[in-house]
Amino acid sequence: MSAAARTVPPPAALRQTLTLAWRNLVQIKHNPMELVDLSVQPIMFLLLFTYVFGGAISGSTGDYLQFALPGLIAQNMLFATLTTAVGLNVDIHKGVFDRLRSLPIARSAPLAGRIVADTLKQAWAFALFLGLGLVLGFRIETGAAGVLGALALLLVCALTLSWTSVLIGLKAADVEKVQLFAFSVMLPLTFTSNAFVPGETMPGWLRRWVEINPVSHLSDALRGLLTGGPVAGPAVTSLLWAAGVAALCAPLSVRAFRNRA
Amino acid sequence: MTYAIQAEGLVKRYGATTALDGVDLTAETGRVLGVLGPNGAGKTTAVRVLATLTRPDAGRATVGGFDVVRQAHQARSLIGLTGQSAGVDEALTGTENLIMIGRLLGLSRPAARARAAELLAGFDLTEAADRAAKTYSGGMRRRLDLAAGLVGRPRVLFLDEPTTGLDPRSRTGLWEVVRGLRRDGVTVLLTTQYLEEADQLADDLVLFDHGRIIARGAPDELKAATGGQVLEVRPVDGDRLDLVVKVLREVLGAVPETANGLVTAVLSDPAAVPAIVRRLDDLGVVAAELTLRRSSLDEVFLALTGHRAEPEAAA
Repeated sequence: MSAAARTVPPPAALRQTLTLAWRNLVQIKHNPMELVDLSVQPIMFLLLFTYVFGGAISGSTGDYLQFALPGLIAQNMLFATLTTAVGLNVDIHKGVFDRLRSLPIARSAPLAGRIVADTLKQAWAFALFLGLGLVLGFRIETGAAGVLGALALLLVCALTLSWTSVLIGLKAADVEKVQLFAFSVMLPLTFTSNAFVPGETMPGWLRRWVEINPVSHLSDALRGLLTGGPVAGPAVTSLLWAAGVAALCAPLSVRAFRNRA
Repeated sequence: MTYAIQAEGLVKRYGATTALDGVDLTAETGRVLGVLGPNGAGKTTAVRVLATLTRPDAGRATVGGFDVVRQAHQARSLIGLTGQSAGVDEALTGTENLIMIGRLLGLSRPAARARAAELLAGFDLTEAADRAAKTYSGGMRRRLDLAAGLVGRPRVLFLDEPTTGLDPRSRTGLWEVVRGLRRDGVTVLLTTQYLEEADQLADDLVLFDHGRIIARGAPDELKAATGGQVLEVRPVDGDRLDLVVKVLREVLGAVPETANGLVTAVLSDPAAVPAIVRRLDDLGVVAAELTLRRSSLDEVFLALTGHRAEPEAAA
């Protein structure tokens, strides 16, 4: 065989990635419950936060929704990146991952296919938040460009943070460990930000953390893009954070990936 | 003679554990090589190295002439992998699992669909084709797994413990499939903990223990190598087991084994059989079963390693 046949040409690699993305999405067709699983957390959080905390925090549910929806979108995105970890972990333990690796396909295709599918799921959750938010009284004060900007920022952050998820998926002993990570790291991380509550009422030490917390910056950037206000500063800070996390996790993931081999 | 699989001096360590400790093996094209050994002997690691999933720490191996490390992509285009090391996507239907693999292997959509239908029919899965694989029985799932390994018409097939945990009927069904593949000229490397399976299917055998190959040859050669035959006696009356043991010990000069009402002893001289029968007759012991057979691979394994190959519950 010629040397050219040794590696997979880019068009074939792309087709393989799309085939594997299809594989992750076609499950929804058989099991519509998966779409419900995907949607239930956004809907529940949106309703609970708006109607339970809204009045107490902002004086009215309408004002609170205006403040909290971008934060809820940011929080949900972080949790949703873990679907990549869960899916990867299941594939590894069920032997699907090794089956794929034994095929003459691009080495990147199994991971890339999963990430493409999970990114589409992220877009779905964004649309769901925005749609339901509008029904509940959320007002977009920027316009189509703002909404598209928010979606783009969200997806770029999600893609970058997928590296964290890949690392967790490769390293976690089982799916329960991934869920434990979600609750012990992601939950406090998102709550100690300004995603749901402005930092002003918090004690000084916590407020200082809230101002550092990348979730605050992402929430602020999304607020700017959807309801007006400064965008560039918080958006750049969010992207720098995401890039920093990826710079740390990507090499570790690649190493974990190699060590499995 | 050409070799579909050739490995020399394979070493693989996981931390302090040495999974492969210098393994040389060859599989002749078109034959079934059985890799036999207890759990943890290194069988699966060997398959993972040969199927390009794991890099060896030392040594080299080729599949169909392609180096499994440096020419992994070419090697992958020749192999199929099923069993312990590979799985199916349980959320997808049988058809979708096979179409996915067909598409990944570069088949067009209609070609992938046709190949899936053909394989599902061949494995008696047509009725279950459009159900999610998680609803399949254990036997059906293994058949789908095997079908998934065959989508690309591999020239070399790795079957990693394909029947572990299967009921006897599903097991014999899979054996038939392996025989069919062999007839089609596919080289098969089969790992198993079951001596009967190796005996039934393998043309050549290697015995693994602690990451090394401790014996190799045709099943008959290996059985002959321990030099003996085995006498089994089952008395009609279970209370008389002790008497049977006593007789065998006296005639053969060795302590026989007793399990499940069956007394088993290794016999180096077949002439001892009439003497044993006469003694049992004199004592009025009626045998429900009295068999003389060549030693099984389990006994070969025991003779070579001092422990049995099969796990307690498996036999």
